[in-house]
Amino acid sequence: MYRQQILDHYKSPRNYGELEEPTFTHVGENPMCGDTIEMQVKLDDDEEEIEYVTFQGDGCAISQASASMLSEKLQGMTVEDLQELDRDDVVDMLGVDISPMRIKCAVLAEKVAQDGADIYFGELDVDKTTTEDDD
Amino acid sequence: MGTTESAPLAVEDIRADFPILEREFDGTPLVYLDNAATSQTPDQVVDAIVEYYRTYNSNVHRGIHQLSQEASIAYEEAHDRVAEFIGAESREEIVFTKNTTESMNLVAYAWGLNELGPGDEVVLTEMEHHASLVTWQQVAKRTGATVKFVRVDDEGYLDMDHARELITDDTEMVSVVHISNTLGTINPVADLADLAHDHDAYMFVDGAQSVPTRPVDVGEIDADFLAFSGHKMCGPTGIGVLYGKEPILDAMQPYLYGGDMIRKVTFEESTWNELPWKFEAGTPNICQGIALAEAIDYLEDIGMDRVQAHEEQLAEYAYDRLSEFEDIEIYGPPGDDRGGLVAFNLDAVHAHDTSEILNEFAVAVRAGDHCTQPLHDKLGAPASARASFYIYNTREEVDKLVEALADARELFA
Repeated sequence: MYRQQILDHYKSPRNYGELEEPTFTHVGENPMCGDTIEMQVKLDDDEEEIEYVTFQGDGCAISQASASMLSEKLQGMTVEDLQELDRDDVVDMLGVDISPMRIKCAVLAEKVAQDGADIYFGELDVDKTTTEDDD
Repeated sequence: MGTTESAPLAVEDIRADFPILEREFDGTPLVYLDNAATSQTPDQVVDAIVEYYRTYNSNVHRGIHQLSQEASIAYEEAHDRVAEFIGAESREEIVFTKNTTESMNLVAYAWGLNELGPGDEVVLTEMEHHASLVTWQQVAKRTGATVKFVRVDDEGYLDMDHARELITDDTEMVSVVHISNTLGTINPVADLADLAHDHDAYMFVDGAQSVPTRPVDVGEIDADFLAFSGHKMCGPTGIGVLYGKEPILDAMQPYLYGGDMIRKVTFEESTWNELPWKFEAGTPNICQGIALAEAIDYLEDIGMDRVQAHEEQLAEYAYDRLSEFEDIEIYGPPGDDRGGLVAFNLDAVHAHDTSEILNEFAVAVRAGDHCTQPLHDKLGAPASARASFYIYNTREEVDKLVEALADARELFA
């Protein structure tokens, strides 16, 4: 499960930190695991395309590597594409089998980005995202 | 198996009773170190379950036919067996429940909701399992009572000065975990029972981790209540025990209503059956109760003193071996003063990653908060990995744990 790519992203996370002027910021937390992820997204002027993504967080290798890889994947994608991502896309991105117990770790970053966008566009009202209740 | 109290366990003979331990994953033999969550079940207990369903499965206390008589007698005698095992006076003091959690809820509902009110206090400890912590928290919310927590010090021991401060004449119930399922701390429950009784409070002992692993005598502790689960002591899931002193149980109202717990029912009124059946409404887990008695026979054949000695030796060995890693944090008291479990975190590795990598080595440990979230908050770790031992575990298995951990550490370095 711990292929080189995941360990590499875990040990050297990409796009780790904060944006100067994010369009939106959203936080996710799986309290039972102790995984936390904050994602910041900067959209283009038309608010259709994702220009930059950063994240910060703490937790297991799967959750943090997933956030790091997602931060790279999202740049240049449209908001619409973001909303169409599902858990299969995340598992494909990670490139390893994820056991049922760990899916919640893998998809936390994706859900944080999606919920962040939904909140920004007024389609959702939550403080924090969690994926611990999903299965 | 040997019979002398001091002789070490014949672990190889014991292992032969547990075919599940022969499992291999991709050619690697299973190393089962998650016994604090649930223990494995020996053939003798599985055979008792099979025998029940194949030869005398029937409802209890209902029929006059032969099968029902056989099942009723076996089920009732299982209560006697449990009573004898923990030093209770009689079967009247032994209520079969689903598990430790249900035993606690029984007292919380049947006693707590009726007897507690504003101004009353329930004293717990910071190392309580959620089974007790959440339950008393809810009872307090409904009754206006207050819950207080005895502090855990930096070494993982209860601060007994703080306990003496908290337990006062306002205290109605002191509920304490006998052995912490996270820290491995063995709490001085008899001293706490004295304190509770000095202030006319009841003493509830959570024996989930202690009853399976050492001799526990309710008389010696002077516990008013003791709860434990069958599945952590070679028995099946679905059976737990609530011990209560007879006069206290006698004065308590039922918790669940229905069949078997009644004596006389009219459209207007009902009266209750005698103890312990007053608290066992509906068809109980008959087979599981009978199998628990078989599990107790199995453990007593080995000898609880020897079970305890084996647990303590493995815990100390594991503690010492794990201490070889300079970047490990082990929670709780030193290796020579703890129950048979060790919870820890490697510095650079999240507990879930640790557990996942150990799983690749076929080493089964628990990773998570072990149902002690407030304690983990205090420890500053959202989760920990926990290795816990039982009668069939060996030093070689501890060595395999340490090797697998070394690998995890390497991978994440």
